Amino acid sequence: MRAFLIRRLLQAIPILLGVTALTFLLLQLAPGDVLSQFSQNPTIAAETLDSMRHRFGLDRPWYVQYLLYLRNVALRLDFGESFTRHQPVFAVIREGLGNTLLLSGAAALITWGLAIPLGAWAAARRGRRVDRLLTALASVGLAVPELLSGLLLLLIAARTGWFPVGGMHEAGWERLGWWARGVDVLRHLALPALVVGLVPLAARMRQMRAQLLDTLHQDYITAARARGLSETRVLFRHALRNALNPMITLFGLTLGALVSGSFVAEVVFSWPGLGRITMEALLAEDRYLVMGAVLMSTVVLTAGNLVADLLLAVAEPRLRDG
Amino acid sequence: MGERAPGRGGRIGSLRGVARVAAAVLGILYGVAALAPLVAPYGEASLDRARFYHPPQRLHWVDDAGHLHPRPFVYATRLAPGAEWRYVEDHSRPMPLLTWVRGERYTLVRGVSSDRHLFGVADGRANLLGTDPLGRDVLSRLLYGARVSLTVGLVGIAISFSLGLALGALAGYVGGWVDAALMRFSELLLSVPGLYLVIALRSALPASLPPSRAYLTVVAILAVIGWAALARVVRGMVKGLRRSDFVIAAEAMGASPVRVIARHILPNTLSFVIVAATIAVPGYILGEVVLSFLGVGVQEPAASWGNMLEQARSLRVLTSFPWLLAAPAAAIFVTVMAFNLVGDGLRDALDPRGVPEGEAR
Repeated sequence: MRAFLIRRLLQAIPILLGVTALTFLLLQLAPGDVLSQFSQNPTIAAETLDSMRHRFGLDRPWYVQYLLYLRNVALRLDFGESFTRHQPVFAVIREGLGNTLLLSGAAALITWGLAIPLGAWAAARRGRRVDRLLTALASVGLAVPELLSGLLLLLIAARTGWFPVGGMHEAGWERLGWWARGVDVLRHLALPALVVGLVPLAARMRQMRAQLLDTLHQDYITAARARGLSETRVLFRHALRNALNPMITLFGLTLGALVSGSFVAEVVFSWPGLGRITMEALLAEDRYLVMGAVLMSTVVLTAGNLVADLLLAVAEPRLRDG
Repeated sequence: MGERAPGRGGRIGSLRGVARVAAAVLGILYGVAALAPLVAPYGEASLDRARFYHPPQRLHWVDDAGHLHPRPFVYATRLAPGAEWRYVEDHSRPMPLLTWVRGERYTLVRGVSSDRHLFGVADGRANLLGTDPLGRDVLSRLLYGARVSLTVGLVGIAISFSLGLALGALAGYVGGWVDAALMRFSELLLSVPGLYLVIALRSALPASLPPSRAYLTVVAILAVIGWAALARVVRGMVKGLRRSDFVIAAEAMGASPVRVIARHILPNTLSFVIVAATIAVPGYILGEVVLSFLGVGVQEPAASWGNMLEQARSLRVLTSFPWLLAAPAAAIFVTVMAFNLVGDGLRDALDPRGVPEGEAR
């Protein structure tokens, strides 16, 4: 197991190096350069620019810049300075990533919290009205892009006033107690989490339904029924538990999407996550922030895939040696 | 997926039921998009400064006196006194919708220009889907926008799938270091989360682009992102087919590698590729929509469904002028739904072993 983990970690290194090189190259292609872009900007202290020039070799050839960037990131987690936010890039990214994970975590809770019972319900009532209704809803649900469902919920929020229309906090939230703060964040979280959570819901629900139906056709279920156990008992004690196993593996596979899945919802609902930060950085041509954010999103995706592989390796020992 | 027996012909013609209706809907959408300047009553950038935020105008058949009119009509409107952006119908001035009316001059394709529009009113303006903040006709922008939004996906997919097929076949057939290099590179692209890769690619270009270059940029970004996943699947299929008897036979008869790949191997991946492409189209269309929505795709004054949605984003619009959201949203929804249904239908038609979705256990 340890050898497997070490091998996978080593495999991640060239990927991260490659992605860094790729983003660095793309940003070098962009017209203009950081020094001339920001040297005339009165809001940026000359010392900041000087320090950046020194740390990242902004006046030196691009390959020196690249090596300096790699060294700073790897040794000191120094991703440079965000010129538009007047903060180190790492601080900006860390905060954004936290908000993104909060949003996508809540979304995952919604997805799986709904998909498993609904999928099981559809399977247990296979071919009946509930099943057909859920299947129809799922096929429509697959066609609603999150951009549309997001704007629709925003419209409802704006018209009814039941939910805040974006952001993460009410004005003046700093003065609230911790309980009121929590409620405030939850109220802001509800709609974007619903939007992100609904996207994969239809697919997960169908997978759960298929899994449970598969299990219900196994011999041991027939045996349990033949022993005269009640249908409820067969379903809950025998079938459901076994149907959930592959779903756990599937859950692992979706971990990597945690950071990218909420991108659009973050922009629509002004949720201060990594996606929105990246978008603003792109529009403001805040290069080091763009680079850091792309790199960080890759790290999270790679880490998510790694965890998924570990889960899979635990469940299927044969794969470890593959 | 996976290996496929050789020589299975396409059965695209055998779409059934809902999928056939969806295919017809797509045909109409693309037809209307191609004829957009003719079908649209006004130009995509034509402003009417007296009609900002005009709500959709109702079509009437019966007037106040109870007379049935031979053709549908709208009432002329004017700004309601006192209120901001509220319009009242002037029931003394019905304006019948005429067909083949004279309007702005347009060029349909190079050399074919006209000033006739499919429908319109004789004088004044009829905005059946309302107007936007600049007084432009939403219906006309929707039709012009369809040209961008509906084609970007197809062109992007054509490029990325050609790339994916060619590179995947190359990697699978040649093997060795070519295979290794291509696969490592595709891994690299796949390890950056989708929209972050889009941002990284987009950041190499200036923030604002002229419309023609913006279109190409969006296509290029979508193509670069899309080929990697397909190339990996095709590579796997080609590796499997490479050892099959008919390929070995073709090689023994002295066929060149290019001929073997193009004539013997790729045709066997075709039905998979067609289905995969159809299923992927909505993703590409949404790619343009999202890019334009984020303000880095197709930009004003050119219309696309994405930048029309972008316009509908502000709270003021959402609360007071919801038709600006409804029109592009409905267009996107119908298109995506239709492609999904056709994709499902094609999958069922081309892969008899696959269980139809509704019957899946």
